[in-house]
Amino acid sequence: MNMSWALVIWLSIGAYAFKMLGFVVVGSRKLPDVLSRCLMLIPAALLAALVFNSSFTSGQSYALDERAIGLGVAIIAAWRRLPLIVVVILGAATTAILRSFS
Amino acid sequence: MKFRLEPEVRPVVASALALSGAVGVFALAFGVLAVGAGANVWQACALSFFTFTGASQLSAMTVIGTGGSVGGALGGALLLAGRNGVYGLALSPYFNESLGKRLLAAHFVIDETTAMMTAQTNPRLQKIAFWTTAIALFSLWNLGTLLGAVLGSAIDPYTFGLDVGFTAAYVAMLFPHLKTINGRFAAAGGALISVVLAPFVPIGLPILASGLAIFVGLRPAASSDSASTEVAQ
Repeated sequence: MNMSWALVIWLSIGAYAFKMLGFVVVGSRKLPDVLSRCLMLIPAALLAALVFNSSFTSGQSYALDERAIGLGVAIIAAWRRLPLIVVVILGAATTAILRSFS
Repeated sequence: MKFRLEPEVRPVVASALALSGAVGVFALAFGVLAVGAGANVWQACALSFFTFTGASQLSAMTVIGTGGSVGGALGGALLLAGRNGVYGLALSPYFNESLGKRLLAAHFVIDETTAMMTAQTNPRLQKIAFWTTAIALFSLWNLGTLLGAVLGSAIDPYTFGLDVGFTAAYVAMLFPHLKTINGRFAAAGGALISVVLAPFVPIGLPILASGLAIFVGLRPAASSDSASTEVAQ
């Protein structure tokens, strides 16, 4: 496992730097429309990447397993606008139940 | 204790508290998931206290949990943290305080405080909305993380499907971003890049590379798009 304090420290410094950059350094100067439009798409691109990458790959190879069913249940739950915590529990529980059979 | 709020302040405080309560429950999940991905209780708590931006914290833990390097984990997580810079831009005109206070306020510039603050109509309520949300949400986010991390230490992450718990959290966070055409294109592009690159580059890098999909924003937004891209909530 690669978890380390270095990650915690660098991520904290970086996250604060971004918050401060917009808030204190750039201040009320305005970014070009096209730039802020692109930046606001970061969550859409990265969250979708995290969803698909963590569902269909295992290390550096492709994999199709219980996680895909768990993902399907989570998508339905999120689409029905259930609260985030319920979506999390349904996705995890579905996968846990399927794993207990295999 | 008797505690009276003016009528116009009451709904602002009430929604800040309700939002913070929901986020606190999510923090519980983050704590469990972080420990499941290999963090210890203190690392999970330090992330919530010092990094304090949910999607980045989760993203870093996913990459670590799937065997990625610290560098790989940082890339995607920092890119996600980059949007707080854009929120900061949107909020800074409302803050004309001293530099010290602005430096403190900067730590709390996240999705929720931005949404709460920009929803108010006058400067006084905007300030109340920002600080009430910041304080309540920060407290509950950290408390929830601690409880979750302690709880998570007691269970086996694979058996309980915690890896898919992460995925499910991303799904729920992704949905509001799919309201716009550009959001849908960016999501589809990001997903495609992250899967296609997976066999060829180190773990974590496909997540960072998926950021290239934001350039779909170069095409002009349809007029109905622009309003909802402000803060997806």
